[in-house]
Amino acid sequence: MFSAFMVNAWIVATIVAVVGGAVGFFVVLRGSAFVAHAVPNGSFAGAAAAALVGISTLVGLGVFALGGALGIGLLGRRGRPEVATALTLVFMLALGALFLGFTTEYGPEIYSLLFGEVLGVSSAALAPTAGLAAATLAGLALLYRPLLFSSVLPESGRARGVSAFGIELCFLMVVAAATTVTVPVVGTALIFSLMIGPAAGARAFTARPHLALALSMAFALVTVWAAIALSYESGWPVGFFVGAGSAAAYVCGRGWTLARRRV
Amino acid sequence: MAGVLHTLVEPGFFSDSAVQLALVVGGVVALVAAAVGVFTVLRGQAFAGDALGHMGAAGGSSAYLIGLAPLWGFVAVALAAAGLMEMVGIQRARGRDLATGIVLGAGLGLAALFLYLDTTHSGTAGATGTILVGSIFTLDPAILPAALALGAIALIIVIALFRPLLLSSISPELAVARGIPVRAVGILYLIAMAVAVALCAVTIGAILSTALLIGPGAAALALTNRPGRAVALAGVIGLAATWLGVLLAYDSYYWPPLHHGWPVSFFVVALVLIAYLGARAGGRRRVGG
Repeated sequence: MFSAFMVNAWIVATIVAVVGGAVGFFVVLRGSAFVAHAVPNGSFAGAAAAALVGISTLVGLGVFALGGALGIGLLGRRGRPEVATALTLVFMLALGALFLGFTTEYGPEIYSLLFGEVLGVSSAALAPTAGLAAATLAGLALLYRPLLFSSVLPESGRARGVSAFGIELCFLMVVAAATTVTVPVVGTALIFSLMIGPAAGARAFTARPHLALALSMAFALVTVWAAIALSYESGWPVGFFVGAGSAAAYVCGRGWTLARRRV
Repeated sequence: MAGVLHTLVEPGFFSDSAVQLALVVGGVVALVAAAVGVFTVLRGQAFAGDALGHMGAAGGSSAYLIGLAPLWGFVAVALAAAGLMEMVGIQRARGRDLATGIVLGAGLGLAALFLYLDTTHSGTAGATGTILVGSIFTLDPAILPAALALGAIALIIVIALFRPLLLSSISPELAVARGIPVRAVGILYLIAMAVAVALCAVTIGAILSTALLIGPGAAALALTNRPGRAVALAGVIGLAATWLGVLLAYDSYYWPPLHHGWPVSFFVVALVLIAYLGARAGGRRRVGG
């Protein structure tokens, strides 16, 4: 499990968990679970396009994640945001289906893109992944205060001159960057589960933002590490264990809330 | 005239039995989804609709495992997921997306597992593609009665509840004041939505089913404020997108790059998106001018 070819997987999994847990904290705080689901899922089309043209998957994912995030942000500005999100998502997925129809490689390829692959990380992808993750975290650190403000108290954020739309757009781009980092390991379908479950669980334990952020990253780390270990042992897809682990983190949080209320 | 028709429609389109079945089932599904979808948009439950579709993938793939038609898997899981969302707390506006997301995450994990088992154990390698993006041309004719019956159930729920549903969608407070059992109406509506999503999943695939549910309804609501007219308009848009999609997919058999046809679902989703963007542009101009 810790042999040479698994080292990349462990490193990237750790990066993925830290990024997922950190971005997820804000996803839960802002109540933008749908966007966190749509951007990674839609970026699937990018990976399919990259396979078709023969460029790096990471580039395809990045371009489509960014395009999807911008599409959601701009379309949702006027009209119903959730409708804009839903339609952007399905159109990107349909594009993905089209691109896959054009390529000859089918089944296993899409499958590992959708649901994750432990061994899907090459050494060449390691440096760009780490760089992008660092950029995502830096962006989040830069946005930390305005994000917290506009998430918790939208009115006072506006009063302080924080543009809600600008913040939303910046945040969408952070989600897009996080997506690009996390897709190859966890798969497009389950990333958002990693973003939501641990963060929602963490919020049940503490109301203090710093502590909740740290706890969210810790839960995400445990989830991803356990998922990789279990997937390696059983041969079952990583995504299944990530989904189960994230739900477990949330259930723990809910249980803790209930238990405390009873005392 | 005949020449124009000939270039638009490849020969054999209307006499092909697979095409006929696709047109009938696709049409029924489009109408049901459009009627249900207007309320999905009004109630702001687009995420729930999307989540039900994506989770349907778990149902479709488990149905393959035990040898049932995917439709029954889609229906069973969509209903179960709708019940779970209701329990976790979909009725509260705050935290609703979170509840949907948690259920969706767990459901997708299961879908991953079942699809994996499909491809590795039961030898249905094409299952991933069929379940996720659908294949309207390879429908089993035996599915028609079931699809009609399920569509009728969803339509009956929406028509029977039309007025209370409308009021509780637009103003829950007023509905409560009028003595409407808002929560019961919500649960019944969720059942209709789960059935509609399952039907969409059969025609254009589990992960794309939202397009037919949300798109026509949202487009219609951008054009008119009157609910009855919106439902009718949504039906027309959904039907047009589906039939035109089937036609284009049939024609695309001779298109580049591979000459084996583009996926139907791509055309349907693209047409729905075009209709939505067009309706938004048209609606805004009318309001502005």
